[in-house]
Amino acid sequence: MSASPAAQAPPFINALLGEDKSALLLKLVEGLDTSALHWLSGYTAGLAGRAPQATVIPVTPAPVAAPAVPLTIIYGTQTGNSRLLAERLKHQVESAGLAARLFRASDYPVRALAKETLLCVVISTQGDGDPPDDARGFCEFILGKRAPRMEGLRYAVLGLGDSSYPRFCEVGRLLDARFAELGASRLLERADCDVDFEPVATGWLDQAFTLAREVLTPRAAETATVVPLREPHAAPAFTKEAPYTAEVLLNQRITARGALKDVRHLELSLAGSGLEYAPGDALGVWPHNPPELVASFLSELRLDGEAPVTREGRTLPLVRWLSDALEITRLNRPFLERHARLSGSSALREVLEPGRAEAFRALLAGHQVIDVLRAHKATWDATELVQALRRLTPRLYSIASSSKRVGEEAHLTVAVVDYTAFDLRHFGAASYHLATRAAGTDAVRVFIEPNERFRLPEDGDKDVLMIGPGTGVAPFRAFVQERAETGAKGRNWLFFGEQHFRTQFLYQTEWQEALKKQTLHRLSLAFSRDRAQKVYVQHRLRESGRDVYEWLEGGAHLYVCGDAQRMAPDVHEALVDVVSTHGGTSREDAHAWLESLREQRRYLRDVY
Amino acid sequence: MSHQPKPLSEVEHIKTQSRLLRGSLAESLEDPVTGGLATPDTSLIKFHGSYQQDDRDLREERRQQKLEPDYSFMLRTRLPGGVCTPAQWLAMDALAREHANHTLRITTRQAFQLHGIIKDDLRPTIARINEAMMDTLAACGDVNRNVLCNPNPVDSRVHETVYQWAVRLSEHLLPKTRAYYEIWLGKEKVAGGEDEPIYGPTYLPRKFKAAVAVPPLNDVDVFAQDLGFIAIIEGDALVGFNVSVGGGMGATHGDAATYPRLADVVGFISPEQTLAVAEEVVKIHRDFGDRTNRKHARLKYVLEERGVPWFTAELEKRLGFALQPARPFAFEHNGDRFGWTEGHDGQWHLTLHLDSGRVADRPGATHLTGLREIARIHTGDFRLTANQNLVIAGVTPEAREAIDARVTAHALDSFRSASPVRRNALACVALPTCGLAMAEAERYLPAFVGRMEDRLRAHGLQDANLLLRITGCPNGCARPYLAEVGLVGKAPGRYNLHLGGDARGQRLNRLYRENIDEDAILAALEPLFEGYARERQPGEGFGDFVVRAGHVPSPSAQARPS
Repeated sequence: MSASPAAQAPPFINALLGEDKSALLLKLVEGLDTSALHWLSGYTAGLAGRAPQATVIPVTPAPVAAPAVPLTIIYGTQTGNSRLLAERLKHQVESAGLAARLFRASDYPVRALAKETLLCVVISTQGDGDPPDDARGFCEFILGKRAPRMEGLRYAVLGLGDSSYPRFCEVGRLLDARFAELGASRLLERADCDVDFEPVATGWLDQAFTLAREVLTPRAAETATVVPLREPHAAPAFTKEAPYTAEVLLNQRITARGALKDVRHLELSLAGSGLEYAPGDALGVWPHNPPELVASFLSELRLDGEAPVTREGRTLPLVRWLSDALEITRLNRPFLERHARLSGSSALREVLEPGRAEAFRALLAGHQVIDVLRAHKATWDATELVQALRRLTPRLYSIASSSKRVGEEAHLTVAVVDYTAFDLRHFGAASYHLATRAAGTDAVRVFIEPNERFRLPEDGDKDVLMIGPGTGVAPFRAFVQERAETGAKGRNWLFFGEQHFRTQFLYQTEWQEALKKQTLHRLSLAFSRDRAQKVYVQHRLRESGRDVYEWLEGGAHLYVCGDAQRMAPDVHEALVDVVSTHGGTSREDAHAWLESLREQRRYLRDVY
Repeated sequence: MSHQPKPLSEVEHIKTQSRLLRGSLAESLEDPVTGGLATPDTSLIKFHGSYQQDDRDLREERRQQKLEPDYSFMLRTRLPGGVCTPAQWLAMDALAREHANHTLRITTRQAFQLHGIIKDDLRPTIARINEAMMDTLAACGDVNRNVLCNPNPVDSRVHETVYQWAVRLSEHLLPKTRAYYEIWLGKEKVAGGEDEPIYGPTYLPRKFKAAVAVPPLNDVDVFAQDLGFIAIIEGDALVGFNVSVGGGMGATHGDAATYPRLADVVGFISPEQTLAVAEEVVKIHRDFGDRTNRKHARLKYVLEERGVPWFTAELEKRLGFALQPARPFAFEHNGDRFGWTEGHDGQWHLTLHLDSGRVADRPGATHLTGLREIARIHTGDFRLTANQNLVIAGVTPEAREAIDARVTAHALDSFRSASPVRRNALACVALPTCGLAMAEAERYLPAFVGRMEDRLRAHGLQDANLLLRITGCPNGCARPYLAEVGLVGKAPGRYNLHLGGDARGQRLNRLYRENIDEDAILAALEPLFEGYARERQPGEGFGDFVVRAGHVPSPSAQARPS
């Protein structure tokens, strides 16, 4: 992730500033780091004299021009030796009255690397050249293709290892070379320590300290202010109709072996797209239909996939219509009526009669198009079929990331719909499409679907209650990231539920980290199938009713995301119970009170 | 900087702040966000008989899945001398199936281990172990561990007497904190008066291991223990013990300040002096052991660095009496006596062989089920051996047939069919659950033995009574440094090869080749097997041969009086 803005000026900048000014702007911002860019944004906003009602956040210390930064020390360790040495260096630096920051590699926010100017890494090598467990993510990031350029960085690496292994100090060696490759310059040559690490390490630490001291001259920090800008300044270049082709950076299953569901965490690149989103927004995804399903259609209807078919002046082979352009999973009434006529199925006709709403709903809920084709045989010709099917529509996924944390990326949490019914494997069009995209090679067509009805409170001091079982947790990952990045003072309380703790605790390690850093203050969990008695989030709400009520009374904003059929009503019932029990009111009054929260936009739902 | 005292190791601080082993264990058990414990509690729970572990095969995969490691707990019983009743066996069997991974493991300290218990199941499991009149207190941690005792002496009349000493030693050296009963068994907090008269508030610098041996059998490997009592029998009576101190197996790769060490015999005591001697030896460890470096904290380093005369003087000063000169004794071997043996009272004992002590149901070898069926009809007791095997003890002549039938039906009869090398072999648990393992051990043992058997057979050595021990790391749970052929894990698929133990537990082996893979191990052994087949003397063991033939240096400095 580069922190610099798009190298080529997006068209809207030209449109706004004219060619000359936009060229100057590009020249001005080229090579500036994120902090400087933030400062610049605040400066220009100040000039405009109409800064929005945003709070002014002092940034200390602010590296405006000269780098008056601390030494960052990162260690990765299995047995504690690297930590020992890293702590010693920190102590040395601090004893000289200078600033140092020490991180275990697993605690270091890798995206901050681009901003580092002075860095020492002390890291061991395990077994056959592996990083220590606490540094796997760190090494993966730096050695991977997402590592940023680091021209402004001076660094030094101390490797620890055991020379009786063939790949002695391999990890230190790789990192040292990689930093150089990314444009950073060596403060000091790498040293490799053997099992008896003291002699080499001591010499290296002394040298590192001496060199770092020259760079770290203590000086009074200048203070700048950053005025966050709230509204995007121009209409996005990419829309639902003209989607952006986003590279898949990561497609990671986040349920363990033996889990009953396949849930994916996807990271998509928005680099250079100019697309912006706020927590709560959704990402629209244009799917392709599963090839297996398209093949089933063709064989079931005995049609030739290569046959050209024209609809609305557009001619494509049938197979392309079915895979790219038409809705072939979800059923709809006009198609069913047409199929009922073609098949002559009286059973199907009956379901479509007025007054059979219940049976019709059941048919829609329990069947895909292919099921109806197989159950009620009919002869379709290709053109007729292409005319009768609806156009493919995009699917919306709540974005699971804050761009303040992840930069020009959007993350999604996708439950893969994949089940067998009527002896046939069924897929969800978009989830299947997303789940089968390979990171690094495939892309997805996407756009931003803003959701103004699901926004964090503007006042960061307000508490936030988030109820998001299953993939309903997605926007709350974005919320927690956003509140952490903006330094919101209010507390965050998440209710999460799934079937099994061991295998389906979505984003478990991230929540643990957030709790540790106090960017998440409370986490209530309900795993329904770990115990004989099923427990859901609404049970946890009632158990913690007193606190939930206190939070709400204290002005907390309440969010619910996920299943609309059962979860949302059950949660609402539980909330009514909580308010009436702990507020000492009737259920009617409790209901009315929750309604008033809704009107104040303090009880918001994103359910589907 | 050089004259400052070295800082205490981290675990010392954890113990100091633990309020006699409580720490925040109760809170950790209630934390629903993780299947693990808060970091300091992972040190404290050892004193309660449990290790937090995770399936290391899944660690990397789960990290990518944004899931914490697949945490579960190993639970170890305290079972002095390894003796348990059929009812106790059935209780452990039920827990293995309900809360653990459907296996029981018999350890080299004659204890049961359950593996794969999730955090929420720890309390009910420990409660049921206690209901069955066993416990897990001090089965791990910086305290006296499970006390070993020979389970099947040649003279069966002695067993009850020496076994009772093992029990008394274990009881006497138990921590006195109420923490165990509060945390696991929901007992009320008792106000005031709680202290640790033997251990003090920070317990020992490191673990402490004790054993009672009955010559001529050294199945407990008494010289590998911090404290040993070698029974001196005259006629059919126990007249006292030779006391041995300062043995220990653990070492750290690449750290010359750490090494395995054989215990020194320091004198003879009468039986009634046993507890006092044990207590004072523990207290010397408490007071003089190194609390700054856990890799250098066992009692053996005190012995080695201050010397045996110093130690004996310190011990006698604390005891207020002198030790008598050690009495003569002789060990023949440190293995088990497989098959049926008859005791002096006409009762019979059947020693079964179990691969690495694992009791599981596998296709064609339903050991867990078989032993459950035997426990249901057995009227004597069970004895877990320090060689990871099992004695069905106290069988009446009439009951032998019924036991034999079940042994055969469930393929528990490998003590008859397996080669000597397979029967004698030991392996620690290692991967995937042990957090210390660098290489495979238990999972690798059967395959490695197979390849070794092939090579032995090629040289006509299929009946050689060879002693092989494999551990996944240098800490030495399966006492690899006493094996004739010892493999000590270095990295996946790579081991240090040690040769030259004596199969009597009285001579340490030596490092022969470092950090080599299976092919290189077998290649290194090949010429030695060839030479052994050609040149061995009658009755000469492989370990003795490689020393005599000069393949490893003669360990004169390490030999212990016998």
